Amino acid sequence: MWERIGAMIFKEVRQMARDPSTIAMMFFFPILQLVIFGYAINNDPRHLPLVVEANDNSAFSRSIVSALRTTGYFDITEVAGSYGEADRLISEGKAQFALTIPTDFARRLVRGERPQLLLTADATDPASTGPAVAAVNEAVAQALARDLIGPLAGRQQGPPPIDLVLHRSYNPEGITSQNTVPGLLAIILSMTMVALTSMSVTRETEQGTMENLLATPLRPVEVMVGKIVPYFLLGFVQVCVVLGFAIVVFEVPFVGSLGLLLAVTLLFTLVSLALGFTISTLVESQVQSMMASMLYLMPSILLSGFAFPYRGMPVWAQWLAELLPPTHYIRLVRGIMLKGWEWPLVLPESGKLVLMLLVLGTIAVRRYRDTVA
Amino acid sequence: MSDAPAIAVRGLTKRFGQRTVVDHVDLTVMPGRICGFLGPNGSGKTTTLRMICGLLIPDAGEGEVLGLDLSTKRRAIKHQIGYMTQKFGLFSDLSIAENLEFIARVYRLDRRRERVAETLEKLGLTSRADQLAGKLSGGWKQRLALAAAVMHEPKILLLDEPTAGVDPQARREFWDQIHALAAEGMTVLVSTHYMDEAERCHEIAYIAYGVMLARGTIGEVIAGSGLSALQGEGPGADRLAAEIEQRPGVAMAAPFGTSLHVCGPDPVALRAAVEPWADRINFTPAEPSLEDVFIHLMRGATDNSVEAR
Repeated sequence: MWERIGAMIFKEVRQMARDPSTIAMMFFFPILQLVIFGYAINNDPRHLPLVVEANDNSAFSRSIVSALRTTGYFDITEVAGSYGEADRLISEGKAQFALTIPTDFARRLVRGERPQLLLTADATDPASTGPAVAAVNEAVAQALARDLIGPLAGRQQGPPPIDLVLHRSYNPEGITSQNTVPGLLAIILSMTMVALTSMSVTRETEQGTMENLLATPLRPVEVMVGKIVPYFLLGFVQVCVVLGFAIVVFEVPFVGSLGLLLAVTLLFTLVSLALGFTISTLVESQVQSMMASMLYLMPSILLSGFAFPYRGMPVWAQWLAELLPPTHYIRLVRGIMLKGWEWPLVLPESGKLVLMLLVLGTIAVRRYRDTVA
Repeated sequence: MSDAPAIAVRGLTKRFGQRTVVDHVDLTVMPGRICGFLGPNGSGKTTTLRMICGLLIPDAGEGEVLGLDLSTKRRAIKHQIGYMTQKFGLFSDLSIAENLEFIARVYRLDRRRERVAETLEKLGLTSRADQLAGKLSGGWKQRLALAAAVMHEPKILLLDEPTAGVDPQARREFWDQIHALAAEGMTVLVSTHYMDEAERCHEIAYIAYGVMLARGTIGEVIAGSGLSALQGEGPGADRLAAEIEQRPGVAMAAPFGTSLHVCGPDPVALRAAVEPWADRINFTPAEPSLEDVFIHLMRGATDNSVEAR
């Protein structure tokens, strides 16, 4: 019996060695995971963009700002006196936090009236909010401990000298599902569009039906479009199901325009299909195309901002994420569904998706030939 | 029938890396003829067929298929050619009728429903029209593949080892179909390993290691080889093959049942070679077979099918 098992093992090892892509994946996957989980993902994100709207130009507010800087949690921009500017930056996703210091802050602090500080957080990504809020509390307390000295030392006794009010915009209760469900749209579409398309094209080559198709008058572009359309419709049904669930079951608020959401979803679906087709022109078997799709899906889930905060990642990982279509689509979906983004606001991210579609489409068409071998 | 050849290619060459798979092959097939394309495994038959139907672009050479230039009119050629691949190339998860319907749509045939029904009827597939192609046995798959290749009424039919793994009766029926199609004017180029199939062709072309070695009717090819043969009958004749083959003047010797078939390029030398056994075995002149010719040709050709390391 052992000789026979040995024969199987020997044969299997030989076959594995003949398929270098499998071996490469075996080493590449763990390394990729180690790098992503070890270096890229950070649940305690730093360098979050914070806007400070200091409406009183007092020593206290300057002291608070400099204390916030030294925490390392925030990259601070200051806007003063222009009401609504901070909100706009948060809505456009350029800032994640806004700290509003009211005009009479210093006066009321000195009087011991426990003035309010308003911290507005973009809670469409709740995971990164928690530690940052704690850091703000800490920084403010430290700054005031330094400044409330001499005759004001008494303010440090009793209740905290200020009242930090936290406002979670777009997701006031910090419900995780409101954040993840829109993101799921990107992940589900990626999974089906990329993996199914690449596998269905590879299957034709693997089973020998492609040779037959190419001997007929079918043009390559006709084969491509014909293969893509059914999956495209499938994707549309998926979108409807996920959106239905999101709104009815998870009660995700939908403040934006459905038409706009469907338009960007259409764009993202096309990008995914083009990517799936490109993969199919690069691999030789269905197994390889499955692996290649997984290689794309894993970073898409981990780096796109779906599972972990984008802003918590180091710069190189953010660049990598920028190259992944789901990163942009997730921003668009959150922007449209939760923040009510309108036409001009969706342009930057949509533009990147259009660029990706052009690049991938060109590669797919150029690599896909109407000849065998 | 017109005098212009249906297929006329000259100097067709294809290289894969270092290896020249097809080396300056010339081939002419007149309309309505069945040309058998013979050669050992890996001799470049499939590659040549693929170049003729536009699935591969030749590295060198030129030609016309139905008067259309092979290098510039690949698409127009595809419309008028039917190609049956070596490996079953239809969709195993579609039924016979659904497969044909798909092909009919691809070729944009008019009267689609009737055409599919006619083709099913013509090839005796009507009773199995609703069976999934993947569940069919070899012979039925082959019939379906032929149906799919001829439904659009091509002028040229290219068949790549169509009868591999098919039982004798199905092969016989298949060849009857091919002859019926040729009688209607279709030009057929069929690659095969089987000598009996070669003999069913109007003419043959023999290719080995990418080089065309012989062309013509069977009579022409046999005469052109210059071989002569002897048939030996007598006790133990069939056991002498190995010994006789070593003699000068003998190209090959092979047992056939209890008799021995010997052939060589020179009739006098051949007779001299078998002389030592002439006392107990009676050697009579015989016709060299196609197989003799091919094996003889193959031994003379150089094998380049194994990549040089």
